Amino acid sequence: MSDSGRSETSSPLLSMSQQEGRALARHGLMDRLFKNGTGALAILVLVLLGGIMLSLLISSWPALVTYGGQFFTENRWAPNQQVFGALPAIYGTLITSLIAVVIAVPVSFGIAIFLTELCPAVLRRPLGVTVELLAGIPSIIYGMWGVLVLAPLLQWLSPTIFPTGTGLLTAGIILAVMIIPFITATVRDVMNTVPAVLRESAYGVGCTTWEVVRSVVLPSIRVGMVGGVILGLGRALGETMAVTFVIGNNLFFSATLTGQGTSIAALIATQFNESTGVQRSALLALGLILFLITFAVLACARLMLKRMQRRMP
Amino acid sequence: MQHSNSLYRKRKLLNRTVMVLCSAAALFGIFWLLAILATLLWQGVTAIEWSTFTERTRMSGGGLGNAILGSIMLTLGGTIIGTIIGVGAGTWLAEYGRNAVLGSVIRFINDVLLSAPSVIIGLFIYALVVLPMGHFSGWAGILALAVIVIPVVIRATEDMLKLVPDSLREAASAMGAHRWWVVVRVCYSGARAGIITGILLACARISGETAPLIFTSLNSNQWNFFDLGSEMPNLPMTIYQNMTINSFIPRQVELAWGGALILTLTILVLNIIARFMSRDTNKR
Amino acid sequence: MPSTNAYSASTPETKPQVTPGVTLAERGAKNTPNSTKLLVEDLNFYYGKFHALKNISMEIPANEVTAFIGPSGCGKSTLLRCFNRIHDLYPNMHTKGRLMLDGYDINDRSIDINLLRARVGMVFQRPTPFPMSVFDNIAFGVKLYERLPRREMEERVEWALRKAALWDEVKDKLRQSGQALSGGQQQRLCIARSIAVRPEVILLDEPTSALDPISTGYIEDLVNELKQDYTIVIVTHNMQQAARVSDMTAFMYLGELIEYDRTSKIFTQPRNKQTEDYITGRYG
Repeated sequence: MSDSGRSETSSPLLSMSQQEGRALARHGLMDRLFKNGTGALAILVLVLLGGIMLSLLISSWPALVTYGGQFFTENRWAPNQQVFGALPAIYGTLITSLIAVVIAVPVSFGIAIFLTELCPAVLRRPLGVTVELLAGIPSIIYGMWGVLVLAPLLQWLSPTIFPTGTGLLTAGIILAVMIIPFITATVRDVMNTVPAVLRESAYGVGCTTWEVVRSVVLPSIRVGMVGGVILGLGRALGETMAVTFVIGNNLFFSATLTGQGTSIAALIATQFNESTGVQRSALLALGLILFLITFAVLACARLMLKRMQRRMP
Repeated sequence: MQHSNSLYRKRKLLNRTVMVLCSAAALFGIFWLLAILATLLWQGVTAIEWSTFTERTRMSGGGLGNAILGSIMLTLGGTIIGTIIGVGAGTWLAEYGRNAVLGSVIRFINDVLLSAPSVIIGLFIYALVVLPMGHFSGWAGILALAVIVIPVVIRATEDMLKLVPDSLREAASAMGAHRWWVVVRVCYSGARAGIITGILLACARISGETAPLIFTSLNSNQWNFFDLGSEMPNLPMTIYQNMTINSFIPRQVELAWGGALILTLTILVLNIIARFMSRDTNKR
Repeated sequence: MPSTNAYSASTPETKPQVTPGVTLAERGAKNTPNSTKLLVEDLNFYYGKFHALKNISMEIPANEVTAFIGPSGCGKSTLLRCFNRIHDLYPNMHTKGRLMLDGYDINDRSIDINLLRARVGMVFQRPTPFPMSVFDNIAFGVKLYERLPRREMEERVEWALRKAALWDEVKDKLRQSGQALSGGQQQRLCIARSIAVRPEVILLDEPTSALDPISTGYIEDLVNELKQDYTIVIVTHNMQQAARVSDMTAFMYLGELIEYDRTSKIFTQPRNKQTEDYITGRYG
């Protein structure tokens, strides 16, 4: 133990060997570096969000200035005539996501109830993991599968509704398959937060499983469920690759459910690299719109989930 | 008792019906996974040969070697950069920003970024990197993927550090350890498995991302050995192009399925490893 | 309130013997028996607005065991935690009054809090082994301020484990996780960890309340051993334990020091009615 170079101060708490002094100085410096360094990285998250908003706004400015309000009312997207209307893409984005949520919600809740209330304990984990793995499959695989398997299948089932197999409804179905695992996982997690005592006491007065779920479990997690569903919706709104293959890429607005259409993400993905000038700017403006829509939806979902968590310690 | 008996029967019937529906929903969910995996295997296995891994992409024939190599580089790069930033920021949130207003703002923004559309992130990096540089590049792709990784890793790091009991922090501080050392030596060793799980899940997620690469790394049919300044070939973009602009060539479509199979299996394996790791932590 | 007149005659102004500039490691043994190690002068402590300690004054002698007893919430742990300023980890807590170690105010701005904590070790109610091996648990504190060659570090670890009467039980498990030991072993590991940095004072915050009787016995024997080299302050719920291990006993109630005297005196002829009621089990 080195105790050379004792300091001359009289307090034993201030006196230290050189070795201790060096260690203190080193740790003190690292302490500040660590705190400020990680703090800077945390601030980077805010910078990222600001950067995304700002860069999209700046690069879409030319188109927004040129077209103004017309950008939102024009019902076709015709680059060769320099006409850019966001309406078909916005409509397609909203309607496919809506279809997806309408299909996915009952199925997801069914699976979640099955997993939490019915499933034999041995199967609970493997089945849960399987559902979660579905969420891990990249969206391009869903898109390929949609165009190779689902579209022909739908066409075969009903040639009148699906003349080519592709279209907004097909895209909605693919999106539903994609977001089912998301919603299921979230709903299952909030269902697991319901205290076992609550469940047991409901069973104790003679409720059937369904009655327990309907009158005890679901009411106590209402907010969390809505949050989970909206999270799925946010996912569907921004999905690109699963939709691009099967949506039909019809750039003219028509208020149909089953017809061909396009979505913001699909339009950007298919046209961006061949675009120049004001068309590219218009595509970036579409990106900005998509970001604002999803931001609002996700912010709602997160706030609801947070309110939920605060109630459930 | 006749009346209440019929009521009871009705309740039981309703219960039975709903439960059958729920089980059907579960079967339905499993069915999709199996259907997709079956299609993938069916279409993919026949396309994969030895040359798939050793040859580069060509208009006719060829393989996926350059795309696989490029994807590995992009994914690793994105994971590494995203991990460094994400672990740091998550550490600040859990250790220093727990009660700060700034902390809750960042946490909220991070939760939103966690599910921001990846196509938007691609556009952002396009405007930030590709436009000023004037050309697509591997770096742009890596950055776009890193932006996707960051929120996932922040979330995992923060959650896992919060699971480390405060009593351990107190005990380490009570020995005269500075705060940073407490975090690095004690908290990280407690949270390690969980953070690694988060990183693996993020890695799995970006290895299949296509949309952000369209505007950043693009694609290339040449081998690219570590030249991150130029376009980087990658598997998702190759699949996408083979299924769209090159879909008139049967062999290209076949290769796309082969690539899709390789990609999906890789992602499933990463996911399974991640879950096993988190299960080990839970046990302890 | 008879809070200041109960302890021995030496006045707060009398500076205890100070050996200037002695290193951390040398000090332990240099305490002159029965000199004042810790001196508390009119100490007040607040959790936000809650006044948790009221005008505490006492002297804690070197190389003796001092026990704090009293009902839950009386402030005994709070007082103990003031001695190495653990409260500084949390916002909204502050102290008024003086707390002297060897005659120097530990709340003085020139005092490095981490060095203070290295010299005033602490063991908590629940065992807090760090998520690392037994060896690394002990080495953790040593590495903070000393750079020892491997051989010396091994000696130090063995020395600390022997001191804590744990060596024979863990000498073959040094590379195993400290969290895999039994509860009693974990607590002795924590004591060994504190000893390894060779502090002057060891604070024990209800060290046996989570342990079985046999482990408790080990720890009590250990406290008796350790007082030859260290000044020990122990908070306990268990009056028999206070009677068994301590030389001095302080009885606290609702944030005030009611009575402080030699243990033999407190337990046989308490001066205060409240003390007597507590000791005879009439409340608490």
